[in-house]
Amino acid sequence: MIRSILVFLIVLVFGVIKLPIERNLFVVRRPLHFRDELNLNFREQLSQLGFIAALSGFRSIVADVLFIQANVAWGRAEWGRVLLFFRQATALQPRAILFWDMAAWHMAWNASAAAMNDRAQPRLALRIKAQREFFALGQDFLERGIENNPEKPRLYETLARLYKEKYNDHERASEFFAKAAALPDAMSYDQRFSAYELSYVEGRERQAYERLRRLYDAGENERLPTLIARLKFLEDKLDIPDDQRIHGPEN
Amino acid sequence: MNSRHRRFSFVRVLAITTNTFTELTRLKVFHVLLIFALLLIGSSVFMARFSFQEEFQILKDVALGAVSIFTSLLAIVATARLIPQDIEDRTIYTVLAKPVARFEYLMGKLAGVLLLLAIGTLLMGAMFLIVLYAREQTLLHETARQTMSPEQLDDALRAVRASALNADIVPCIALIYIKACLLGALTLFVSTFATTSVFTTVVMVFIYFIGHLQATAREYWLQQDGGGWITRTFLALVALIFPDLQPFNLVDGIVAGAAIPLAFFVETAALGIFYVAIYTLLAGVVFYGKEL
Repeated sequence: MIRSILVFLIVLVFGVIKLPIERNLFVVRRPLHFRDELNLNFREQLSQLGFIAALSGFRSIVADVLFIQANVAWGRAEWGRVLLFFRQATALQPRAILFWDMAAWHMAWNASAAAMNDRAQPRLALRIKAQREFFALGQDFLERGIENNPEKPRLYETLARLYKEKYNDHERASEFFAKAAALPDAMSYDQRFSAYELSYVEGRERQAYERLRRLYDAGENERLPTLIARLKFLEDKLDIPDDQRIHGPEN
Repeated sequence: MNSRHRRFSFVRVLAITTNTFTELTRLKVFHVLLIFALLLIGSSVFMARFSFQEEFQILKDVALGAVSIFTSLLAIVATARLIPQDIEDRTIYTVLAKPVARFEYLMGKLAGVLLLLAIGTLLMGAMFLIVLYAREQTLLHETARQTMSPEQLDDALRAVRASALNADIVPCIALIYIKACLLGALTLFVSTFATTSVFTTVVMVFIYFIGHLQATAREYWLQQDGGGWITRTFLALVALIFPDLQPFNLVDGIVAGAAIPLAFFVETAALGIFYVAIYTLLAGVVFYGKEL
């Protein structure tokens, strides 16, 4: 009996000693993005086994399984299931860029195209409405992905492409390519793409011209056919004097 | 004859360690677990043929998850049977009838399990790194062969390298090993007062789950103003008695690209070693009073 009490006391004393250490590790972990928290509401969406696996430190594997299930559902064009699986996968692994990116791609590009070509829906207005809803779902995935991963350039790039290709909003596309370019690990083309997009925006031609010109002056590597074509277009539009114009190949 | 008898001898501990290790390596469960883990890690490369980012993510998730679950399982299953098995075989009486202290016996047993876990983790870790490295090299060669501008090629190669092998995988595997050691020591402690290995294993499975939720209970206990005293006492007991296993579980973060700072790694590893020491001490205290 005395021994049992002694053991219990040692456990409690040890617990008091370890508590601040564990608490400190918990606080340090948060900004490092080693997240412990799990939204308990997802119990309603995950299977019981999946939820237990997620609670016992196997969140990433459960998220992978959901991702693979989403891909299977995509193959069968079951868009509702694709959306559900991606919502679960992104909730379990909000730091996995891939899940946000693929979720947005499936919604804004694949599901939206399928909605537009849906033969079961004869009314064009309703097909367009469904298409826009899928664009918005893709946009929502990307915005939440950026919220969870503000330091990663890839989602800014995808959001920029979504604005460009789906909403035809070149100004916002330029803004997000520029945000991607400002981050470490950004792709070298981000800055160029931002300037290209700006060159399509009415009223911002001067700014676009200056940015494209700076890239052109940066060296041969930047003098790509599209850049030269956009620069020449802006030179004409802004009526740039001949002696200040570039002298490159015609495009 | 040498009449001097030292209270503690590393040679005696080493003898028990070697014996325990040999016994454990002969266990079928060890071979099955290890082979299954190695097969899973090796085949994870064929599991998903998506883009290279998807492939690397799934490969890392599956392989690190396999290392984590198999080391944890092995730690619990191998340690849970040590004392009950020795009592059943009556080996314990032969050993303790000699001038071997009970604490030496326990330390030797635990060291045998930790050695087995170290070898298992090394094998699985090496297999995983080889698979990852081989896949990365294949993709780098495939990418380099594609026709693109030098700038695009640079970007593409950088993207492949960023998705594949990174230095943070090694401390991540080291922490998985320390977590398994912690579970082994805790299992040894439970097995000193348990009557059967089945009971020990079941208790440890519950502790495993509670350990992963301990941080949630602790934060609720420390931060929440509301809640009755019964709830708060319960949460306090959970936070004080059970180990927090979450700091050792960095797989999710590492796969998503987070980096492990050295200070964080050292603090977590030290906490793990501290846990192992305390649980071994507790096992010793209980085992000294155990009637054999």
